[in-house]
Amino acid sequence: MSRIVVVGYGPTAHRLVETLTSKGFDGRITVIGEEPRPAYDRVALTSYLSGTTAEDLTYDVPAGTVTRLSTRVTGIDREARLVTLSDGGTEAYDVLVLATGSAPFVPPVPGAEHAFVYRTLEDLDAIRVAAKDAVEGVVVGGGLLGLEAADALRALGLKAHIVEMSPWLMPRQVDEGGGAVLKQHIEGLGLGVHAGAGVKEIVADENGQVIGLRKPDETLLDAQVVVFSAGIRPRDELARSSGLEVGERGGIVVDSAMLTSDPAIYAVGECALAGGMIYGLVGPCNTMAEVAADRIMGGSATFDGADMSTKLKLLGVEVAQFGSMTGALDVTYMDPVSGVYKKLFISDDAQTLLGGICVGDASPYTQLRPFVGKALPASPSDLLFSGAGANLDLPDEAQVCSCNNVCAGDIRTAIADKGCTDVPGLKACTRAGTTCGSCVPMLKQLLEKSGVEVSKALCEHFTYSRAELFDIVRVRNITTFSQLISEHGQGRGCDICKPVVASILASLHNGHVLEGERVTLQDTNDHFLANMQKNGTYSVVPRIPGGEITPEKLIVIGEVARDFGLYTKITGGQRIDLFGARVDQLPEIWRRLVEAGFESGHAYGKALRTVKSCVGSTWCRYGVQDSVGLAIALELRYRGLRSPHKLKSAVSGCARECAEARSKDFGIIATEKGWNLYVAGNGGFKPRHADLLAGDLSTEELIRTIDRFLMFYIRTADRLQRTATWLEALDGGLDYLREVIMEDSLGICADLDAQMEYHTATYADEWAATLDDPEKLSRFVSFVNAPGLPDPSIVFEQERGQIKPVMVR
Amino acid sequence: MSWTPICDFDKLLPERGVCALVDGRQVAVFRTFDGTLHALDNLDPFSGAYVLSRGIVGTRKGEPTVASPLHKQVFSLVSGVCLDEKDVSVPVYPVRVADGYVEVSV
Ligand SMILES: Cc1cc2nc3c(=O)[nH]c(=O)nc-3n(C[C@H](O)[C@H](O)[C@H](O)COP(=O)(O)OP(=O)(O)OC[C@H]3O[C@@H](n4cnc5c(N)ncnc54)[C@H](O)[C@@H]3O)c2cc1C
Ligand code: SF4
Repeated sequence: MSRIVVVGYGPTAHRLVETLTSKGFDGRITVIGEEPRPAYDRVALTSYLSGTTAEDLTYDVPAGTVTRLSTRVTGIDREARLVTLSDGGTEAYDVLVLATGSAPFVPPVPGAEHAFVYRTLEDLDAIRVAAKDAVEGVVVGGGLLGLEAADALRALGLKAHIVEMSPWLMPRQVDEGGGAVLKQHIEGLGLGVHAGAGVKEIVADENGQVIGLRKPDETLLDAQVVVFSAGIRPRDELARSSGLEVGERGGIVVDSAMLTSDPAIYAVGECALAGGMIYGLVGPCNTMAEVAADRIMGGSATFDGADMSTKLKLLGVEVAQFGSMTGALDVTYMDPVSGVYKKLFISDDAQTLLGGICVGDASPYTQLRPFVGKALPASPSDLLFSGAGANLDLPDEAQVCSCNNVCAGDIRTAIADKGCTDVPGLKACTRAGTTCGSCVPMLKQLLEKSGVEVSKALCEHFTYSRAELFDIVRVRNITTFSQLISEHGQGRGCDICKPVVASILASLHNGHVLEGERVTLQDTNDHFLANMQKNGTYSVVPRIPGGEITPEKLIVIGEVARDFGLYTKITGGQRIDLFGARVDQLPEIWRRLVEAGFESGHAYGKALRTVKSCVGSTWCRYGVQDSVGLAIALELRYRGLRSPHKLKSAVSGCARECAEARSKDFGIIATEKGWNLYVAGNGGFKPRHADLLAGDLSTEELIRTIDRFLMFYIRTADRLQRTATWLEALDGGLDYLREVIMEDSLGICADLDAQMEYHTATYADEWAATLDDPEKLSRFVSFVNAPGLPDPSIVFEQERGQIKPVMVR
Repeated sequence: MSWTPICDFDKLLPERGVCALVDGRQVAVFRTFDGTLHALDNLDPFSGAYVLSRGIVGTRKGEPTVASPLHKQVFSLVSGVCLDEKDVSVPVYPVRVADGYVEVSV
């Protein structure tokens, strides 16, 4: 059995261990990391400032892996094949992997010790504390990370400045023309840009409190927080001290197998100098990890350099660069009014695409990056001006996802041979689109072109998708199924399209679900307003908003269950489920419940099920907000809201999250300042943690945001698509969702708000209304020709003191 | 052939079913959009529960159908054959309207 020791526990180490484990490596793996936690998603580090927790960012440790955290490796004894540790211990290895990453470069200027860097969770904690009493902040370094740090300072409420040595921002990604357009964007957002400027000194007062940054021309920029983001240096100190070959300007020298000058030691990630290059992006680091894992398992994979293309969206500005940044010929499109700059580099015979730069509109990145080094698919001016890039056929070997190194051919194979028919399927099967998500539009395109015609037709009666039908009903103001199917469909419908249309009609025109023609559309459960069980009986789940209930009401539920002989069970949604009611018993059961102040609940429908809550600040010594009160308000607001699938929610009173809000379609977690809203979570068959949509919202902001989230989902989701899969398939994902419902980028928010207002204003208790309507009530019989007779086929036996169905034939 | 009256024709909603107990047998009676009546056995052969009368009525390629409310298998209202699994079927019964009354024969 071989022993692998990994030094450093960052994203690269994580990918290495994950790959080894998933390939069935049967030796012992020990990972030694200096930071106090397992590897976390450093790319998403900034989201930590807006409410994402350290736990959210931290990767799960692959099963069987031994970790030693908060422990630094202090030396390597290559003779004895062991490493020495900061706690005095040692660890023997057969194979050693160095994944020590890099450290931020801090220029040796006076006062530099007062500045912060931007690399770990602890760095961000320190910046957050310092920002509390600060008004202005400066970031030194106007590259990719520097802009991200400046954005973070801005989000912390500071007036932020960027100081960059080069004459323009992001010199590694854009040229001078692009830099000018970029500057215009950044300044428009209220950030100060000081390009072509250096740092002479960080000035602090006698208490060590920073007061500003002095430029070489002696001008002082006022700032109470200074962050250095002036490049990275590979952490090669261990390699140096143990005599491994390192590069002239740092980095552990490796060959294409990721082996160092010692054949028992690999180096991967940002510490490795591969082909003379340090790769400071996760994509190439992951590839290195996979190559090393393959080699350790006896394979022959090689690392032959990687695409350093980048695309990012910072402060709302898209910036992208791909391929080379020079070429014999170039073609530029520039529109200073709308802030768009696009440039392509082309070989001297004008045949081959070499690279490109985009600011303000990154579409050429998505469309053209796969063509780098290949024949131009159209004339450069067509590609830049008329958007001819949108419909190109990618060659099989063209890389689609650079984070996970997936080519167009891999995607085509997944579609043709593995039966993938949608984006979530492709993500699961190929990993494409799972890291930064910028290739999702390309995945869609490949799906559309694959010939595996993904029909969006709902069923044989409608050629439209649910979202399209929703728009038809809304725009044409259609109020009945008959009108819809005669004008826009064929036949008389089925069990697929009828409930969909029932739900759309319910969303757009409230009104009783059993009124008029609508009764014929309802699915099993909505038809009798209760949940059908396996023997044809129903269960009734009285609504208990937020899970809060008085003793009197508990007694009523007990009495109803006893008097009607029902089986009782506590549900996962903080409710009490009463089973075994015959259809003719339902009205009597409801009557008892309504008299006691209950309504029966939509515990069966494609509608809001429950809003769970923890006990919150009223009782819990940790609570910071009244989670029960909010849960009740939300449940009462959204009850009866019909949707493409069931909706679940929960509210926790503090970050301990006892209500498990992050497994819900919309979950709320209290903060000191308000509420964090998480969306698109899912328990069940394919669990998914909800994503943070917005942090520290006031109650009013929270409700408005949930209103819009729900209405936008109801409008655009497919039939039976939970919020989790809806969001995964949404073009542009979470960022796009935020733009639509928080920044109103589609101009539909007023409409969404009005629709929710309509819902809340017209909600009525469907069960009480049924009790008041003799015609509807008369349908609640087992036999139309013997209304009083119970169904003799329904038989029970006893188990653990309660009834249990017996199936008789 | 003996006919058993079960209810007023007007009691039946278009595109929904009701259940009647006839000689100890559960019969599901459906009225389609154009007013035609169909009667099937109420027993869903897949689940063993007496529930077919509570399914959604519709059409498949023009043929009138009902879908089991439990697991959604679709049955022809004309032949009783399950259109998703052709070797499964449920009995069909004669049904008519006489003097405004719906009558079935089992
Ligand atoms: C704010 C931010 C945003 C970023 N955004 C992007 C992006 O959008 N796209 C992109 O591609 N890349 C981005 N990156 C870069 C990306 O995070 C890195 O490429 C990636 O983290 C490299 O992983 P690594 O494991 O090689 O190194 P690291 O993440 O640096 O991990 C190395 C680990 O080893 C530990 N270590 C070092 N020496 C020792 C020792 N002697 N003993 C024990 N432990 C040791 C370190 O403490 C560290 O935890 C971003 C980075 C930052 C900081
Ligand atoms: S989530 Fe917080 S407030 Fe709610 S019960 Fe748990 S610890 Fe208490």
